[in-house]
Amino acid sequence: MRIEARGLRVSLKGREVLRGLSLAAEPGRLTAIIGRNGAGKTTLLKVLAGLIAPHAGTALLDGTDIATWDRSRLARAVAYLPQERLVHWALSARAVVALGRLPYQPFGAGESDADRAAIEAALAAMDAAQLAQRPVPELSGGERARVLVARALAQEPRVLLADEPAAGLDPAHQLTLFQHLAALATAGRTVVVALHDLSLAARFCHTIALVHEGRTLAAGAPREVLSPEHLAAAYGITARYQSIEGVPVVLPLDVLP
Amino acid sequence: MSGKPQRPGVAPPRLIGGLAVAALLAFALSLAIGPSGFGLGGAGEAADLIFWEIRMPRAVLGALVGAALGLSGAALQGYLRNPLAEPSLVGVSGGAALGAVLAIHLGLSQTFALALPFGGLIGGAVAMLAVVALAGAHGGPVTLILAGLAVSGIATALISLALNLSQNPFATVEAVFWLMGSLADRSLTQVWLAAPPILAGMAVLLFLGRALDALTLGEDAARSLGIDVARTRLVLVAGTALAVGAATSVTGVIGFVGLLVPHVLRPFVGHRPSLVLPASALAGAIFLLVADIGLRLAQPWMDLRIGVLTALIGAPFFVWLVLKTRAELAP
Repeated sequence: MRIEARGLRVSLKGREVLRGLSLAAEPGRLTAIIGRNGAGKTTLLKVLAGLIAPHAGTALLDGTDIATWDRSRLARAVAYLPQERLVHWALSARAVVALGRLPYQPFGAGESDADRAAIEAALAAMDAAQLAQRPVPELSGGERARVLVARALAQEPRVLLADEPAAGLDPAHQLTLFQHLAALATAGRTVVVALHDLSLAARFCHTIALVHEGRTLAAGAPREVLSPEHLAAAYGITARYQSIEGVPVVLPLDVLP
Repeated sequence: MSGKPQRPGVAPPRLIGGLAVAALLAFALSLAIGPSGFGLGGAGEAADLIFWEIRMPRAVLGALVGAALGLSGAALQGYLRNPLAEPSLVGVSGGAALGAVLAIHLGLSQTFALALPFGGLIGGAVAMLAVVALAGAHGGPVTLILAGLAVSGIATALISLALNLSQNPFATVEAVFWLMGSLADRSLTQVWLAAPPILAGMAVLLFLGRALDALTLGEDAARSLGIDVARTRLVLVAGTALAVGAATSVTGVIGFVGLLVPHVLRPFVGHRPSLVLPASALAGAIFLLVADIGLRLAQPWMDLRIGVLTALIGAPFFVWLVLKTRAELAP
């Protein structure tokens, strides 16, 4: 399913966060949203998830305004992974992942075989099967992050919107996570991640959208978007885009005066 | 499987089944025990009268009110994602208490026996409307707590005012005793009056399980899972108002059940809010029935009111909760 933002305007607490932002994420592609702190990445993802209604512009899912989507149908199509890793009660990791199946369970119904399969597959994909029975508050930050990604995967969404899913993960799990996200995209899903790690974006994402001051400054292939001019304009840094053993790396060098 | 072994626990269906059996036993025991000394098989007109006019309303009320308090406490804790929440926090029991005290103060309860529960019901409903109006539909947990505290505060102030201005010492004593909460000497008519709203409120609250489970992940994630958080909040307040408002209007204020019961039950159901709900309803009924049986057994020595007993049990529990939290937060 294609997800698209057209001329989004959103004000939060009197500040205009999105100022006519347009962008599209295609199925089959892993799309990164990058930009400095406060650029509007999180707000954009929330609009795309149908959690915030824009003051102007529209968010379209599969060509239809998200506001007109039936909420339970939307919940089966789009998974949203918030940046805050909240788990309020001492649920087991498996119970948390199982919450991703709520949109598929009619009231009062227990777990179906499909639910169980999706939960186990999601735990395995995030290398979290061995955490299944542990209470989430006892997990480390990175383990908790993986369990919460698994929750979104268990939702088996056509569109996955993830806000900073790699933050706090060790290098090995960052790589596994992005390999998995890229594989999901290649399998035909639409995957959109907001992130700060430009090297991960350059290496795994098929498309990058650079958001700056509530608008899309550039969008396209990593090589073009991560140009020195764009990085200077958006982040105020000098940076080098290079390739080490065929792996693209973005190395921030210095802050511009 | 590596890692920690699975926690010892009871499978939820078995736990719920066990609690249901225990609740039935406590109910039967409540019917069988009393100062007049006969058991369930008591015969004769006097025994019949005592059974139907005294023990039956008392047992039914104990079960209903205990279940209502336990369930609404569990629902509130689930929605507010706070283990310290209690039904009285949303102002409904304060409003019901004020309504009943006014019925006593204005002398209505002298002329019309059901004025007291009606006053309570009306007071609870008014308090609920005030809380909803104050908190709004989208304010999140904090505004709901603040609105509940504000309405409770107003109700408490007005109760004190009514007691302060009371010219009639008998009315004052009646009001004070009523505020302590009691299951004794309620008629079947009062049970019939309170049961429908209590049951309706409980039915509504039991529907919240899914939403409360999803809210474990925060409001944004819950909404992205298809949960209507604003509606959940309205259903929660309405269900609590019906169940707790009606319960308080007949029995007076019985504190701590709604705080203590869900808290004790939570670890046994893997902390899942949707399972805490039915477990707390059953355990709340058991707790109040057993506490009331204890009162009856102690009656020859001490005439205690059940609200006093639950407070005597509940307050030390709170102290224990503080110490436990302190130990958990210690480095």
